[in-house]
Amino acid sequence: MSQPDSSPSPPDRRPLIAFAWLWVGVPLAYGLYELVQKATKLFTG
Amino acid sequence: MSPPVAPAGWSRWLVPPAALSVHLSIGQAYAWSVFKPPLESSLGLSGTQSALPFQLAIVMLGLSAAFGGTLVERNGPRWAMTVALVCFSSGFLISALGAASEQYWLIVLGYGFVGGIGLGIGYISPVSTLIKWFPDRPGMATGIAIMGFGGGALIASPWSAQMLESFGADHSGIALAFLVHGLSYAVFMTLGVLLVRVPRPAGAADGTPETGPAATTGVQVSAASAVRTPQFWCLWVVLCMNVTAGIGILEKAAPMITDFFADTSTPVSLTASAGFVALLSAANMAGRIGWSSTSDLIGRKNIYRVYLGVGAVMYGLIALLGDSSKPLFILCALVILSFYGGGFATIPAYLKDLFGTYQVGAIHGRLLTAWSTAGVLGPLIVNWIADRQEEAGKHGADLYSLSLLIMIGLLAVGFVANELVRPVDARHHVPAPKETADVAARQQPESA
Repeated sequence: MSQPDSSPSPPDRRPLIAFAWLWVGVPLAYGLYELVQKATKLFTG
Repeated sequence: MSPPVAPAGWSRWLVPPAALSVHLSIGQAYAWSVFKPPLESSLGLSGTQSALPFQLAIVMLGLSAAFGGTLVERNGPRWAMTVALVCFSSGFLISALGAASEQYWLIVLGYGFVGGIGLGIGYISPVSTLIKWFPDRPGMATGIAIMGFGGGALIASPWSAQMLESFGADHSGIALAFLVHGLSYAVFMTLGVLLVRVPRPAGAADGTPETGPAATTGVQVSAASAVRTPQFWCLWVVLCMNVTAGIGILEKAAPMITDFFADTSTPVSLTASAGFVALLSAANMAGRIGWSSTSDLIGRKNIYRVYLGVGAVMYGLIALLGDSSKPLFILCALVILSFYGGGFATIPAYLKDLFGTYQVGAIHGRLLTAWSTAGVLGPLIVNWIADRQEEAGKHGADLYSLSLLIMIGLLAVGFVANELVRPVDARHHVPAPKETADVAARQQPESA
């Protein structure tokens, strides 16, 4: 009879990965949005 | 302080956001110009005086990256990010005190000197770690981080402007804005400090699979030895020439597009030229991630051939045909700026190819002196020549023809320097430890 595996499996990191990318992604998206607003003036201004 | 080692199951995709939280913050430096007009009016400063904190910060960036690189390698990325956080945020807090008490020297000391140290240490802090986590895609990994430095200004520029509008542009409003910047960036950068981990050493004895390729096999060269190799100085010239050429466009972008089409049926308005500058920033950022990732596929030497060779062709097209076609002018300028960003972002991976991962962060720090040099050289050439041409009675596109030819020449010098790059001589290699020597001996030498 085999022993059950006693070593704990590593925790699921996906929520942390999502949080970390949102943390940096949201401000970057804001910066890009402002950039697009300015850049369109090249064609409309 | 020992570097924080990743526990079993740690994902390498947590390291790029850690790096980005630092680079997106310190990239604020390029948005310093937002503070210039209010500082000038509230403290009675000249344009030259109000530029002083930024200029000192860039000098300190180069110096701290060059001289602090070895400490960063020794103490690890968490130590480096903590130093960057403390210096960058306290720089703002000291500046807030300076603005509140109308003591301008405190703003120069805070933002320029203390904050500048944060810029340099922060810039190199994640490079070595990212390369170790992504040995299969070092260009992409460092491209993400260094793209963040470009992105930092995109965030800070509208954010700081809105803050000054809300708090007021007098000295107490500026002080409050500096205070909020210091505190916000401290919180934002904390994510990087908490998340960053170095890969576990090869052969970790806990039975779990490797979370990252920590083994440093292949060619390894110390930072002290690297600066004595011709390869380092070839790359120094490559970076310096590529950055100078990019600054040639960046520095005069708005007046350049206006002058080029001033005498045509479709002149460019001031608002449209501001849009052109914004579009160049986007190309600069896209180049950092796009071209740097491409270098993982086509090789570092080839991508620099593109940056320098095709860049020279683009400058040639602007010089010859730029004033005849606005789309062509815009397209060429965008390509040049994407190469400018790509050049910054690809250099750490090029250094890794030549000198290994052993002290790549420290070597990168020393190489950034090329950036500082280009930061002085580029604007000096373009502005000086444009002024002389104007004095000589030239106008329109003719104002820039000589500058453009000089940029082509500089890119040609960089191209030759890139061609001279060869694998590093074995006498500069760090002796490999016994357990990795056998692995290294079985590996093909990496070509640059």
